[in-house]
Order: sequence, then C-alpha cells, then structure tokens
Amino acid sequence: MDIPYTIEARPDTGLYNAKVGIWLFLASEVMLFGALFSAYILLRVGSADGYWPHGWLNIPLGTVNTLVLITSSITTVMAWASCKMNQFGKFKLFHACTLLCALMFLGIKSYEYHDKLTHYEFVLKDGTFADGHIVKNQLTQQPGGLYTGYALIKGRKVEDERELYDLRAHKAGPHEELRIEGPQIVKMGSYGPWHNTYTALYFTLTGLHALHVIGGALVIGFLWGPGSRMWKSDPERFTNRVEISGLFWHFVDLVWIFLFPILYLL
Amino acid sequence: MNPSHPEDITQHVRRYLYVFYALMFGTIVTVGASYIPFGNREINIGVALFIACSKAFLVAGFFMHLISERKMIYGILAFTAILFLGLMTLTVLSFADMPHHAFAH
Repeated sequence: MDIPYTIEARPDTGLYNAKVGIWLFLASEVMLFGALFSAYILLRVGSADGYWPHGWLNIPLGTVNTLVLITSSITTVMAWASCKMNQFGKFKLFHACTLLCALMFLGIKSYEYHDKLTHYEFVLKDGTFADGHIVKNQLTQQPGGLYTGYALIKGRKVEDERELYDLRAHKAGPHEELRIEGPQIVKMGSYGPWHNTYTALYFTLTGLHALHVIGGALVIGFLWGPGSRMWKSDPERFTNRVEISGLFWHFVDLVWIFLFPILYLL
Repeated sequence: MNPSHPEDITQHVRRYLYVFYALMFGTIVTVGASYIPFGNREINIGVALFIACSKAFLVAGFFMHLISERKMIYGILAFTAILFLGLMTLTVLSFADMPHHAFAH
C-alpha cells in the first residue's frame, strides 16, 4: 500500500503529510523542553543565597560546541538546497559535514561530562572543603561510611563552601596536588547529576539534548548512507525526507541556543 | 513555503549564508556580553535571552522557513505558543510562594 501525500500537497492542509507530522512532533518537543526550562527557572529562583553555581562550565568549549551546531545547521539546509538543485554530490558533501559536526559536538560533550565526573568535592572534618580532579584514588569506604586510605587530587582547599560556587567572583588560584587522608573525610562526591540541583539540571537538560543529537544524527546518517538509494528511484520524496530531518536538526540547534547561555554564561 | 525553482534556491542559499554569519556573530556577542557587568544580574540575563531569542528567530524563520509557511503550520505553532506561555505564566506566578531571598540570583 502506498503512503499518500509523500510528495504532493494534501488539498486541505496544503502540505505533504510528513511535514504536518514533523511540526506536530516538534510542537510536543517544545512542551517537553518547556517543562524542563520551567523547572530550571523554579529551582534557580528558589535556590539559597550564594549557592547557585557560576562559572562551573568551560565557556570556550561551550562556545565551540555552539558554533559547531550552527555550522551543522547551515550544512543541513545546504544539503536540502542541493537536492532541490539536483546536485546529489553536494548533498552528500554537506550532509557528511553535518555528521562530522554532530560527532564533534558529542565528542566535546563527552569530554565535558568526563571532566565533571572526575571532579570531586570533599567535606573535611576540620570544616574545610577540598575540591579538584582525582589524580590517584586509594580510598576505601568502610561499612559505617568512614573512609580509609588516601586520595591525591589536583585542586585547592577553601574555608567557605560558597567560594566553590561562584567561580567568576572567587577566582580559583593555581591548583596544586593535595593529599586527602581518608579518616579526614566526612563526605565526598563527584560533580555528577547527584551533586546538587545545578548539576542535576545540567545533566538532565544537556543529556536529553544529546539524545536528540544522537537521534538526529542517526536519521541523517541513514539518509546519507543506505537511505540515499531513494534519490535514484524517487528524488522528490527523498528531498522531502531530507527536509523533514533538517527541520528536526534545526530544532535541536534551537534548543541549544537557549541551553548555552542559561547553563554556561548566566 | 519552500522555494521550488533553482533560481529561487540560489537566492535562498545567499540568505542562508547571511543567517549563518549572523548566528556566528550572535554567539560571540552572547559570550562577550556575559562578561560585561551591567550592574545587576537581571540585566545580564535579559541581554543573553534577547540575543538567544533573536538567534532562535533566525533559525526558525529562515532555516526552518517559518517566515513563509502555510497556515496549517502557523495554527499548530499558535496552539504550542499558547500552551508554552501558559506554562511560563504559571512558573512566574509561583514566585509569589517563594521566600524573599529568592530573587537575589
């Protein structure tokens, strides 16, 4: 059975069916991310004085990732324009660039995640806080929750935990290698989603966004690879598929345009 | 509506490139503006969100062709906008229940 209106516009909507479908899907996506943005606003406004992090993320890396996604958006739209102009070779080239950008974006994001997951904060018995990346971990947690052994970290010690929150206001000095003795530790944890509200929001929002990047890249990869066979049999339908995947990809870019300032800059 | 003739496409491609340059410029301005102390954080947030909205308009308007789409799409998005604004209104109204310290950051 043939799927109707894959190329020609349906008389009542004036659009081919897939286009109506993708816009309905994107409308639901707006509400999904909208709910998470709403949660972000509520949690940020409700956070205690001096305990909302600033400057925790690597701004140059975030900027590069933003530029990479913008570049992938132009290559996506150029891939579609190439199909419209009957230039299949250019379509292949532009979408190969899109896929490279997607991989680069995910690579940088993975590096940032790794950096957060190997970054630890220690609450010590003398009331101070040690913060840094683990160099050597010889700690063992006993059944009662106490630690034995030691850990070497590259970081710093502070008296007031708030100094660890606003890194823009409290410029971190040079990081040095510190030895943290297990029995001195009251509590320790990495900067994963469990660390605090900010990291929970950061990992949830960027994680969901990264899943969208992966999904979009898989579809674009299919159209670039095995799916491109349709160009020979039904070029117009193939072009419409490229347009639909492009609309999704632009939406992914659009979400990042808001995520970048609220998580990295503000 | 999408361009369908090759001449129209060529014209559109030029426009896509201008939008691309504007988005790149907007990103640099967003980062630069975040380092300018405007006096209080609300102004910094306002500036960053204004630039983000402008960039979003460019992506949605030109790359997603929303600037010249069919009525059907506008209808779908009008519903989404109403629901989204409702959600954000509820979020803002809930501030009335926040303790007074809440607006410091």
